Parts: sequence; structure tokens; C-alpha cells
Amino acid sequence: MFKSFKRMTHLVALIAVIFTLSSGLSAKAADAVTITISAGGNELKWIQETVKPAFEKKMADAGTPIVVNAIDNSNVKDAKQQLALDLKAGKGTDLFSFDGFWLPEFVEGGLLKSLDALVGPDYANWEGWKQIPQSIQNVSAYNGKQYGIPRGTDARVIWYNKDIIEKAGYPRDTFQPKSWAELLDAARAVKSKVTGVTPIQLNAGTAMGEATTLQGYTMALLGAGENIYNLDQKKWIVSSPAILDTLKLYETIYTKEALGESRWQLVKNGRDLSFQAFSQGKVAMLVEGDYLWRSILIPTGGDFAMPDRDKVVGFAKFPAEQPGKGYRGQDFVTISGGTGFVLNPNTGHAKEAWSLLTFMYSQEQLAGLQKLEPRIRARLDVPVTGDDTMTRMVKEVLPLTTIRPLLPAYTKVSDQIQLMTERVVSAEMTPDQALAAYTKAVTDIVGADNAMTVK
Amino acid sequence: MTTTTPTREAALPVGRRKSRAVLSRPISLAFISPSTVLIILFLIYPFFSIIATSFTNEALTGIHALKPDFVGWDNYRSLFNADWMNRGQFGASLWLTIQFVIGSALIGQAGLGMLIAIVFRGKSGPLRQIVYLLVIVAWIIPDVVIAFAWFAFLDPDVGTLNVILRTVGLSPLDWLLNYPLVSIIIFNTWRGTAFSMLLFTSALSSIPPSYLETAEVIGANAWQKFRDILFPQLRTTIATDMILITLWTFNTFSPYLLTGGGPGFRTDVLSIYTYRVGLRDLEFGKGSAVAVVVMLINLTLSSVYLMTSRRSRQR
Repeated sequence: MFKSFKRMTHLVALIAVIFTLSSGLSAKAADAVTITISAGGNELKWIQETVKPAFEKKMADAGTPIVVNAIDNSNVKDAKQQLALDLKAGKGTDLFSFDGFWLPEFVEGGLLKSLDALVGPDYANWEGWKQIPQSIQNVSAYNGKQYGIPRGTDARVIWYNKDIIEKAGYPRDTFQPKSWAELLDAARAVKSKVTGVTPIQLNAGTAMGEATTLQGYTMALLGAGENIYNLDQKKWIVSSPAILDTLKLYETIYTKEALGESRWQLVKNGRDLSFQAFSQGKVAMLVEGDYLWRSILIPTGGDFAMPDRDKVVGFAKFPAEQPGKGYRGQDFVTISGGTGFVLNPNTGHAKEAWSLLTFMYSQEQLAGLQKLEPRIRARLDVPVTGDDTMTRMVKEVLPLTTIRPLLPAYTKVSDQIQLMTERVVSAEMTPDQALAAYTKAVTDIVGADNAMTVK
Repeated sequence: MTTTTPTREAALPVGRRKSRAVLSRPISLAFISPSTVLIILFLIYPFFSIIATSFTNEALTGIHALKPDFVGWDNYRSLFNADWMNRGQFGASLWLTIQFVIGSALIGQAGLGMLIAIVFRGKSGPLRQIVYLLVIVAWIIPDVVIAFAWFAFLDPDVGTLNVILRTVGLSPLDWLLNYPLVSIIIFNTWRGTAFSMLLFTSALSSIPPSYLETAEVIGANAWQKFRDILFPQLRTTIATDMILITLWTFNTFSPYLLTGGGPGFRTDVLSIYTYRVGLRDLEFGKGSAVAVVVMLINLTLSSVYLMTSRRSRQR
């Protein structure tokens, strides 16, 4: 007994020695601080191939070596859930991509800290802020505090297939419906004149998540003259003729006239199916952000690459229900979201992470990414170049835009919106019934004091 | 050390041998303490913390994340409120789960498993080998691979199943859209028949062939043989099997890979419902309440199982 006990003590001692040695070794190697950053797609490529070597060289030259470790997150499906769990557990990469509309929930939940708190007031001295318009800075801000640097912003339009639209009797390059009636007429023309094609895709249902709320429902609702939240009265609109009109538009498209494919709104992979069909020239019109153009359909490397994208795909602005009846009295409407990179409050190296982030977003570095993927970047001195479609988007569509309500209850209300559209699209409820259920559910979520009805 | 102990024990006088355990009490306690600590840490503590959380409005994000309030029975009441049987609500999920369990576990897996076991009883040869191999392969392939295979199988346009239907002159169906519950029932039957099949096969092989041979001489038909000879012999095996697969099916999450609980919550079984509330909506309070109710249902099922197995051991 005693002998084996002694042997065990030896073993424990040996293990202890090994641990001490190995930690000693890693401590030596860890003179250089490692900053982790999660990204995907073109951005990952850009960070690994351009940003990382340049930044590491710069820091080594300055005598404060830093190792950049870029982690591929392109296969993460439930990014929000994963981030919330990571942050709660005190984990996660030092810098990560963050959708602006999650901020209220995460900040109220104590999962994020502002740049002010993490980096110190010094953060405001970054040269880049002068180049980023306030409206875009707000993508990564909540309650007047900045949490990260936004990538840029986007806008939503009707993407259409020029070949199909031409066959349906509309001008190839200047197709532009001016009201919902004209939009539906175009869809009807496609249905009667072009076989084997889905006339229109307006996102609906719970399976598509936020893509339903933002690309589908809110676009139509803005066209009917309203946003989800009334900014003047600071109340959620839980019932209104505009909501009902929006639901009736869904009803016309999906159940009454079958101008859209209701299957895609209901099954789990419906959004991908709609993208795939569009990329194969089997959808005439699809309401989506510029993300579709610059990321999904991009001829090389897109998820559903479309080799003849530049020749075949065009966009039209989303029309108001009737001219002048859209949100703020507009003829055409759109809405913007935005994502950015945010600092992890659990990072032990906030200053280093911040210096990497500002380096990434220097004009010189960001211009490198802009070449890989032209889009509306945060910095004014990194404009869209070499992509006429994106340039037109900035000029014609971006001035019309608005944003989602930045409030903690938003995501729960958004869930109810998805459910409401699903009930109409699946013919489970009439628009009136679905609206009544929405009114009740949202009133429960936000409280009767914060809810309003428009007659 | 352990190998020398018995001989030393054997050398002791018979009277002392009984009173002296292999290990002394402090040492034996020391040996079980790691597992006790792990059990307390990962089973007992979460058990009680889930019960405690279920009475709060704790969430991972939003204003209740930092300061959760005690809400009494509110979470439980919200599970059983007036519209609890509406699509996407707790009652509807419970009802779906019951249909799913009856359809895929009790009828599907146990029924098919029994059928295969009886058909191939006492037989050997390539056909039996192939059938058993296929059923077992379906059981051991990882979930994600299975999900992809079934997506391809059920695809409305190019899916294998619809190609077969078209070949035999039937019209193809959009399985996951129009028959989602049927789809996951068939899927889960296919997936889990192996367990019941193996269990019944070994139970059947323990029945003396002479029983059935005698019955044949008397002139009993197949149904009579099953009812009067096989079934009574298999009764406890059937009970064990059914309770185990009920428990497993009750808690399985695999249908999520196929349908995500949709379309329109029509395959929103309790495991998916719990995931949705707790980990997608990040409402830990309500999610814990669901978990507690599911735990109670599982406890009831397991106690039935324990009682049956105890009764069979006594016999």
C-alpha cells in the first residue's frame, strides 16, 4: 500500500514538472500577444492574406509583436446564439462580427462593454471616425455609446432577371414598377407568359428568421407607409391598416394567385432554395439586400455563383403601395441594416485588439477588401468603384433608407412578425386573424403602455 | 494490488472474512468521491438549479439577464395558458410528441423490429445478413449524414422516393411540406428499428423450438402461435423495449435536422420546443420550466420501466 502510494506521489510530481515546463515554454513563446478574430468569406481571405502580415510586421517593427489568429466562422448557423453563449461563458474571439440590431439585447444583458470602457476615451481619437458618417457609426452604437466599428451598410431592392422580365413584356434595363398594383401586374405577366418560372419572392415565415422581417415584411410595410415602431410616439404599432395591407399583399402573392412559391417560405432551407432558383434563372423578381448581388451571386466564389450575373441581373426600387403613400410620403422605400466588428469584453488585450481593428479599417487596408468585394463601406474615403450596380445603389437607393427600431424588445417582435406572415402564407389564418394574433402577442411582449393602434 | 487481495482474504479465518471489506471505509470513500463530486456537479446541481431557474424570468440577453426576477409559477402557467394547444405552443408540441412516439417508436420501431425478428427466426443465409446489416447501418450512421441523405431522399422534384413513386405510376408528393409529421415518423422508424430488432431476436432465440413444433403438430396457425407462445414469452422484453424506445424517442432531437420543427411548427416536438425556448430565444426561465415538465414525464416513464424490470426479475 505504502509503496504504491509512494509511486503515485512520484507520478504526480512528474506530471507537475511536465506542466511547469510546458507552461514555462509557452510563456516564453507568448511574448507576442495573440489577438483572435473570427470572420468568413472574402473578409477572412483579406485578413489572412493582407491585414495579418502587414499588421504583424508593423507591430514587430514597433517592438510590440502581435500574432493575429483569424478563425473561419463561415459555417456558423446560429451566430447570435453562439455569441450570447460564448460571451456569457467569458469566451469568444477578441474581435468578432456583430449584427447591429442585436446590440440593445446584448448590452442590456451585460454581455458587451463599450469601447469607452474597454479601450478608454482614447478610442475617440482614431482618425477613421471622421470618415464614417454618424448614421453609419450608429450601426455599432447603442444609447450613445460606441461598441465597435461598422463594416458599412446595405439597402434592399427588387432584384430581377432581365431575360424573364423582357419576355414578360417589360423593358430589360429600366423595369420599375411604381405601385403594388404594377408590381403584381408584372408578376402576373410573368406567370402567364413565361413557363417554369416563379414570378416573385417576398420573404415570409419563421424559417427565414430575420430575413423575413427585414427583406420581406418591413419592405412591404414601409411601402404601405409605416415602420414597425412609431418613433414620434415611441410606441410599437400593433395594429393598423398598413399591416393589414401588407398581409393582403402576401395573401395575393402566395395563396390567392400563387405568384410566389409558398414552399420556400415554409421549409427549413427555403431561403437557399430561392437563391438557387434565382441563380438558375428560375425566379423573375426577388426582394433582397445588396448582399444577394455582391456575395451570393458573385460570379466567382458566390454560394450560388451566377456566371452571367452582370448581364442578366438588374434591380428596381421597391414601390410604395401607391405613389407618395410610402414611409415619410416616399414613392419608393428601402431599409438598411449593418454589421460591424465588436470588441469582446472578456479579452485580456483590449488595446491590442483595438489597434488591430483600427488598422483593418484604415483607408489603405480597407481599400484592399473593397477590391475583393465592392460594397457600401463605412469609410467615405473607400468608395464603391468598378461596380455600376453598387454605385447606382448608393446614389439612388441609399437616400431613401431607414433602420429598424434599436430596442431590446425588437427581436421578440420580429419573431411575431415572422409567425404572422407564416400564418398568412400557409393559409392557416386570414390576414385579419393573423393580425389579431399579432396584436395580442406583441402587446404582451412590449406591454400595453408601449403599444398603439392606428385606425 | 487487487490481484493479491483475494488470496490474503482467503487466508483469514472465515468469521473475520465476512466483516472485513476489500477496502477500508475511508479508502473506499476516497475511491468513490471523484465520481460523487462529478455526479453532484453535473447532475444533482443542474437538477436543482433548473428547478430554481424555472421560477425566474432569467434570460441570456435583454434586461432580465442581469437582474432576473422571481416570477412564481408564471413560466408554468404560460405553458398551460388558454391557447396552449395552438401551433408552436407547449400543448401542441406535447401532442405532436405523443403522436411521434406512438407512430415511430411503438408502432414503427417495435412493430417492424418484431416483424423482422419473427420472420428471420431460426433462419440464416444471405437475405437475413443483408436485412440485419441494413437495419443496423441505419442505426449507427451519424445524424448529420443521415439528415443529408434523407433530404435527398424526400426532395419533391429529384428525390429518390418520388422517383420511385413516379416509376410505379403514383403522383409524387412534397413530403416535408405536406406530410412533415409522417416524414419524421418514417424517418425515425427507419433510424431506430435496429435496437428493437436485436432485442427481440435474442429473446426469441431463447424460446425452445419444441414449443412451436408441438403447436405446429396440433395445427396452430401463425397468429395463434404468436398469441399463445411467442407473446407470453416475450412480454417483459416487449415492455422493456417499449419503455426504453419511448424515452429515447421522447427526447430525440434528430427531426430538427430534417425539418427544423416546421413547416409552421408541424414537427415541433418537445425536444425542439425546449431548444427553441431555451437556446434560440435564450429565455432560460421559461426553458427551464419546460425542462422540468419534460423531466417529470421522463421520470414517470422511467419509474414504469424500473417497476416492470423489477417485477420480471422477481418472477
